[in-house]
Amino acid sequence: MNDHVPSAVPALEIIDVSRIHGRGDAAVHALRGLHLTVMPGELVAVMGPSGSGKSTLLNLAGGLDQATAGRVRVQGEELGSLSRSDLARVRRRRVGYVFQDFNLIPSLTAAENVALPLELDKVRTRTAMQQARAALDEVGLGGLYDRFPDDVSGGQQQRIAIARAIVGERTLILADEPTGALDSETGEQVLALLRARCDAGAAALLVTHEARHAGWADRVVFLRDGAVVDEAGSTVSPEAFLSGGLR
Amino acid sequence: MSIRHGLLALLEREPMYGYQLRSEFDTTTGSTWPLNVGQVYTTLARLERDGLVSPGEEDEEGRTRYAITEAGREELQGWFATPVITADRPRDELAIKLALAVTVPGVDVGAVIQRQRAATITAMQDLTRLKKGGDPEDLSWTLVLESMRYQLEAEVRWLDHCEAALARAAAQRTRRDGADNPTTTTGARP
Repeated sequence: MNDHVPSAVPALEIIDVSRIHGRGDAAVHALRGLHLTVMPGELVAVMGPSGSGKSTLLNLAGGLDQATAGRVRVQGEELGSLSRSDLARVRRRRVGYVFQDFNLIPSLTAAENVALPLELDKVRTRTAMQQARAALDEVGLGGLYDRFPDDVSGGQQQRIAIARAIVGERTLILADEPTGALDSETGEQVLALLRARCDAGAAALLVTHEARHAGWADRVVFLRDGAVVDEAGSTVSPEAFLSGGLR
Repeated sequence: MSIRHGLLALLEREPMYGYQLRSEFDTTTGSTWPLNVGQVYTTLARLERDGLVSPGEEDEEGRTRYAITEAGREELQGWFATPVITADRPRDELAIKLALAVTVPGVDVGAVIQRQRAATITAMQDLTRLKKGGDPEDLSWTLVLESMRYQLEAEVRWLDHCEAALARAAAQRTRRDGADNPTTTTGARP
């Protein structure tokens, strides 16, 4: 699962997407004509004040919510035109989620938690567990297959959650403040892990309010009132940046 | 911080000559504070005048190694024992810029803040790439790099705070203006 072939098909395309909650005077425009493309290998961070539409964006990207207008494509498949069961298939096979509070099932071992989305997809248990163990190896938890979430540290729990997000052939990782419950150093390790996954060919959309975490991204988009108002992306080499001196 | 203390700290390791001090300073601070060799020699001359370093014999290539003196060691220990006080640092241009921005008519303060935030995050991306490509065993360099990353992080938090304060002020003004003028604006002027 490390051999992602770089392809020209975007991992995620958000095309002129609007999302309006409610109607008439009570209508809330969560997103207004938003455009965003994430290519394989890219880590894109989304920053913005609360209420700017960050979570709505993630929910739409993962097919958990439907756009009022516009199109959302995951690896070229347009979510709005899929049947319920096809949408569920895309969600299960292509998209991995990482949440702030890990969302692990306490009565399942690390490997069983990671294997769960595969088993829901009717992959045979034996194969699912093999892939789960490979994913755990990848996030540096090779020795903890049989441990329960409560028996490992917060950082390790989040690593299990990341393994679950990348297990099988998932190539789009959606992360909503994944380091919110972790200390600064552990948070950095989680970000380094996401970065490594993207360097290996996956794509990730990361919602964060932490500048140091956004620093791991290739691009940072700033949302305000449901629209992208600005973008940061470094074009100079870090060495050139340093020789210019800090402010 | 002064260059004096930086040089004293390097000389505490071993005697060195000027050019060597310059390159060691560069390595230890991760090139974040480039010195020219002239600055190094001027500083060494002052340190010698104050009895904090002493020159040794010239070697065959005409280079003089300087060694830290006992007085120099005391000075260095005093420096490490004294916290850095914010007021001693150069004034923060960004804070002054924003303080002025909110008082100058016609300035879109929100845009000033966002431009700064994007620039700061871009700098953070650069430093993070350096961290990713760097040698984690190089402790001095790692500490300097993290110091810069934490400063940038603090700056972004402060910008968030400025933006929230601005929004609160605008909302208050709207409420106030709304009482006697139904066509209110939502600018960022005080």
